[in-house]
Amino acid sequence: MTDTILELSDVGYRWSGRAAFSLTVPDLSVQRGESVLLLGESGSGKSTLLSLICGTILQDRGTVRIAGTEVSKLSGGARDRFRAEQIGVIFQQFNLLPFGSVTDNILLPLRFAPQRRKRAGDGAAEAATLCAALGLPKDIIQAKATTLSVGQQQRVAVARALIGQPPLIIADEPTSALDADSQTAFLDLLFAQTAKHQTALLMVSHDPRLGDRFDRVIRMEDIAVIERAAA
Amino acid sequence: MIFRLAIASLFARTLTVSMTVLAIALSVALFLGVEKVRTGAKASFADTISGTDLIVGARSGSVQLLLYSVFRIGNATNNVTWESYQDIAARPDVEWIVPISLGDSHRQFRVMGTTPAFFAHYKYRQGRALAVADGVIMDDLFDTVIGADVAATLGYSVDDPIVVAHGLASFTEHKDQPFRVSGILEKTGTPVDRTVIVSLEAIEAIHVDWQSGAQIPGQSTPVDVIRQMDLTPKAVTAALVGVESPLQTFALQRAINEYRQEPLLAILPGVALQELWGIVGIAETALLAVSAMVVVTALIGMMATIFSSLNERRREMAIFRAMGARPATILGMLVLEAMVMAAVGALFGLLFLYLGLIIAQPILDSAFGLWLPIDAPTLREFWVILAVICAGAIVSLVPALRAYRMSVADGMMVKT
Repeated sequence: MTDTILELSDVGYRWSGRAAFSLTVPDLSVQRGESVLLLGESGSGKSTLLSLICGTILQDRGTVRIAGTEVSKLSGGARDRFRAEQIGVIFQQFNLLPFGSVTDNILLPLRFAPQRRKRAGDGAAEAATLCAALGLPKDIIQAKATTLSVGQQQRVAVARALIGQPPLIIADEPTSALDADSQTAFLDLLFAQTAKHQTALLMVSHDPRLGDRFDRVIRMEDIAVIERAAA
Repeated sequence: MIFRLAIASLFARTLTVSMTVLAIALSVALFLGVEKVRTGAKASFADTISGTDLIVGARSGSVQLLLYSVFRIGNATNNVTWESYQDIAARPDVEWIVPISLGDSHRQFRVMGTTPAFFAHYKYRQGRALAVADGVIMDDLFDTVIGADVAATLGYSVDDPIVVAHGLASFTEHKDQPFRVSGILEKTGTPVDRTVIVSLEAIEAIHVDWQSGAQIPGQSTPVDVIRQMDLTPKAVTAALVGVESPLQTFALQRAINEYRQEPLLAILPGVALQELWGIVGIAETALLAVSAMVVVTALIGMMATIFSSLNERRREMAIFRAMGARPATILGMLVLEAMVMAAVGALFGLLFLYLGLIIAQPILDSAFGLWLPIDAPTLREFWVILAVICAGAIVSLVPALRAYRMSVADGMMVKT
C-alpha cells in the first residue's frame, strides 16, 4: 500500500460553457495522515479541484489517484461508491439534510460504503461516540438537524466525515461560517480526530492565519494554472 | 434508510405535499365515484323490474317499449286492443298478466291504470314486492294509490282528493271525476314512486264523456251513472307477463311477435335493458374518460410541484452525492417520493369516496331514486389505486430525470 493518499499529476480540465476556463494542476500530493491547508481566493478554481479529487467531474488529461486507485478508470457508479469509501466531505455550510435527525445525517455515508459500514460496527453507537468526542451534547443525537446551531452542524458534519474512518477528509472552508473562538475549538476537535486514526486532511480556505496548525500550507496559485477565455 | 429519509423529506414539505396529495385524493374519489354511480345507476335500472318475463306492447322498438312501460319515459305510439290482450291472457303458458294503461297525468306525475294484480306481480330490487306505507290498495272505482315521491312532493295524505289531467302536459282536467287517495306506497327507488296508480276501469270512467281527445261539449255523465256503465277498456298501453316456465319465454315471445290480428311486440326486459346500455354506453365512456383526465391532471400537478421543489433541493442532492449516492439513487428517491404521494392520495381518495357515499346515499336515493350500495372495496378499486401509483411513478420520471441530470452536472458543488 502506498503512503500517498492523494496524487494529481499533469491534470488538465477545461470547463466549457458560458464562463469557459481551464484548470491545470501539474503536481499535487497528500500523504497518509498528513494535514494540508490549501489557500486560495474565491474563483481560484478550488471548487473545480475538489470536484476532480472527489470524482464528480473528470479531468480531460492527466491522472487523479486516491489510495493508489486511478479514479477516472472507474465507472460512474463505482466512482460514487469509491468516493463514499475513501473520502469524508465537509462543506462550507448547510452540510446536513434538514429533515433528517443527527444520527440519520452521520450514518448517511455508510449507506453507500459497505466497508466503512463494516468498520463503523454499530453505527448508532459509533455516531454517539463521535458526537461525544466532538463535544456535542448527548441528547442532540436524535434532534432534527435544523434545530442545531451552525457550530453544532459543522461538528455533526465532521462526525459524518469521520465515521467508518475514511483515509481522506476533504473540507471546503468548514470554519468560514464560524466566529473566531468557535473556529479554534472546531479545528482542535477536527485535528484530535484525524490524528487518532491517521486520517489525511485536505482543507481549503482563504484564511492564511489557520496555516500554522497544518503540516503543510500550499497556495492555489503555486500548484495550479488557470486560464480564462476572454469575455 | 433511504425510504425513511424520503418520507422525512416529504414531511418536511408538509404543506405542498399535502396539497398535492389532496388533489390526487379528490381526483381518485371523483373517478371511483363516477364508477360507483355508473354501476349503481345500472343496477338501479336493472332493479326497477324483476320477475317479469315479457313486456307486451304495440309494435315499436324494444327500448322504446321498455322506457314507456317501465320507466315512464316517452310515450306509446299505439295501444294494444282489449281483444288481443284477452287472447294473450288466455294462453296456457301465461301464468299471469298485468295490463298497464298510460296517457293521463296528475301535476308532473303520470297516471297509470292497472289491475290489483299489479301489486301482486310487480317486483323490484331482486324480487321485492310493493307495499303500502299508509292506507290500503284501492278498492273503489275512484280510489288511487300514489307513489312515495308523489305524496312527498305534493304533500298528499290518505283521503285527499286528486283531479287527473288529460294527457301529459295539459290544462284540461277530468274535473268531473275527482279521485281519492286510498293508499301511499313505500319508497321503492323505482318509477313507481313517481306514479299515480288507478284501476283500469277508472281510466275508462274518466273518459266516458270524451271523444278523440276532447270533452264532448255540454255532456257530463253523473258519477253514479258511470258506476252503472260497462267500464271494460277497449285498449291497454302495455302488459307485463309472467310465464309458467322460463323455458316457454322465447316461444311465447315469438308467438306474440307473430300475432296475426294485430302488430304486437314482446320484449325480454333484461335484453332491452342491455340494448339501452349499448346506446348510453358512449356517454358513459365519455364520463369515465373525463374523470380519468381529472386524475391525470392531479398527477401532472404533482409533477409540477416536484419540478418546482428541485431547485430548493439542489443542496440536498449535492449532500447525497458527496456522501456517495449515485445519480440513479437521486432519481430513485424522487420516483419513490412520487409513488408514496400517489399511494397516500389514492388511499385518501378511497376514504373520501366512502365518506361521500355515506353522506350522499340517502340524498341520491330520495332525489333520484338511485340507491348506491356501500360495499367493501373490490378488486376493481384495487386496480385503480395501483394504476394511479404506477402513473404517479411514470409522471415523476420527468422531474426525476431532470434531477438526475442536475446531480450529474452539479456533483457535490452547488453554486448558491
